[in-house]
Amino acid sequence: MLTVSARLSRGAFTLDAAFAAEADGVVALFGASGAGKTTLADAIAGLVRPDAGRIALEDRVLFDSAGGINLRPERRRIGYVFQDGRLFPHLSVRGNLLYGQRFAPREGRHATLERIVTLLGLEALLRRRPGTLSGGERQRVALGRALMAQPALLLMDEPLAALDVPRKAQVIDYIERLRDEIGVPIVFVSHAVDEVARLAGTIVVMADGRVAAAGPAAEVMARLDLDPLAGIEAAGAVLDATVQRHDGAYGLTELGVAGGILRVPRLRLAPGRSLRVRVRARDVSLATAEPRETSVLNVFRGTVVEIGARRGASVDVAVDIGARLTARITARSADTLGLAPGSQVYALVKSVAVDPASLVQSEQDDA
Amino acid sequence: MALTPLEVEAIMLSLRVAGWAVLISLPLGIAVAWLLARHRFPGWSVVNGLVHLPLVLPPVVVGFVLLLLLGRQGPLGAWLDDWFGITLAFTWQGAAVASAVVSFPLMVRAIRLSIEGMDRRLEVAARTLGAPPVWVFASISLPLMLPGVLTGVILAFARCLGEFGATITFVSNIPGETRTLPLALYTYTQVPGGLDGAFRLMVIAIVIAFAALVGSELLARVVKRRLEG
Repeated sequence: MLTVSARLSRGAFTLDAAFAAEADGVVALFGASGAGKTTLADAIAGLVRPDAGRIALEDRVLFDSAGGINLRPERRRIGYVFQDGRLFPHLSVRGNLLYGQRFAPREGRHATLERIVTLLGLEALLRRRPGTLSGGERQRVALGRALMAQPALLLMDEPLAALDVPRKAQVIDYIERLRDEIGVPIVFVSHAVDEVARLAGTIVVMADGRVAAAGPAAEVMARLDLDPLAGIEAAGAVLDATVQRHDGAYGLTELGVAGGILRVPRLRLAPGRSLRVRVRARDVSLATAEPRETSVLNVFRGTVVEIGARRGASVDVAVDIGARLTARITARSADTLGLAPGSQVYALVKSVAVDPASLVQSEQDDA
Repeated sequence: MALTPLEVEAIMLSLRVAGWAVLISLPLGIAVAWLLARHRFPGWSVVNGLVHLPLVLPPVVVGFVLLLLLGRQGPLGAWLDDWFGITLAFTWQGAAVASAVVSFPLMVRAIRLSIEGMDRRLEVAARTLGAPPVWVFASISLPLMLPGVLTGVILAFARCLGEFGATITFVSNIPGETRTLPLALYTYTQVPGGLDGAFRLMVIAIVIAFAALVGSELLARVVKRRLEG
């Protein structure tokens, strides 16, 4: 269990955040920039001292203003992967990886050099200097370096923010492997909803220095009030899915989800595999009569559960199709269709709208 | 152009004085540069001013201050003599101290610049990997400020080789003891028929200075390559 409560004021900015999360898998600190995510991460790592609060990992107290406890960063055993990597320029990749090993506890080492190198694909880089690495390579080395210090918790502050899209996809694959194979709990700081949806089991949403929402990923992602809180296009739903079959002729894959079949562009996964799919609210439209002769392949029957507050021209509508789906439609449509909680509707999801990068192997599958 | 024994003596003495001067001022220079770059404390301006004073004072004044302080009758000089049997006045060790004091501001400035230009976030990263501050200094800060240290050492060494005013005031011009290359050259110009000897020393001084420049350039390149990969 990671318990965090921290209060601090810096000029106009006030952080007053508290949450508790099972230290297992990935906990995402999610929110717009300026929401206080990094400050909170720094407080956990001991790089920033809160004015008041308490931070504990399992039964180890890292900071307690009441008890006068404030462990130095080097005593906390919190690995930190920074946005910019921060590799030591005068050491080789190997030297960077081994830097923290000297100070790591002898027993209970989960990361050996060999294992980390294999896991992160670093063999070819060991003799290189950081200055010669690409952005993606640098972040992989930074991940390995943090793990080699045998941390009890791994903090990642926007580790993908500085990368282009292909590198992002590559590094996120590696982070997923770490999550599933090394078993170090991860706190993942991000403002990118796709990354969070893909990696996190628990999401802590931050806004204006406060925790706006916290809980299991699927629950938090389905909340209709998330957007204004996070200040971004966050709304959507996360569905648990299983690969059913591939349609080779049309290049599609059929996924079984609660409520029916979701057809998406072909995935390279064997039938039977479990994964999570994020469906963005703006990719879902609604109809009150069963649509025929439509180009949309995915039609689910369901019931309106909730209609969110109107923002501009649009409203978000939560629909229960067996699982929860969110649709962003115009307020005008909602009125025309006479939608209200309890209305029977058909939810339409365009197959091509489902981003393959948001399709995630679920954790249970690899356990 | 074979060197005469007197020339060899002056060259070796110059190198010895400059070498020791740099050696004794380097640890102190790093410490003071670190203090000035990383800390703000009451009296910061005073320390900063004192460090830079030799840069703006006429060297003769520095030499005279040293003579008053460290001469046999001076408060510090007497103390050193009584307790450690160390005499600085009119010895080559005294010449090294004079050179060290005069070149100290150059060394501190160069090192301080490199400390201020260093990415402190790397030190933070090292802390999160479990390294205590002393280890972070030795393994991260020191290697990263090496280019500045190198520049400081070379600047100071060059300044020491050229030191004249403070040296002649503090430790005089004693053949074989304190008559370094510049003093020897000056001596030649003061005696009839000494111009040939002065000319030879001038050429030697230029050769040494040039070799030092080329050598430092090569060294800087090696260090840069090591730092940047």
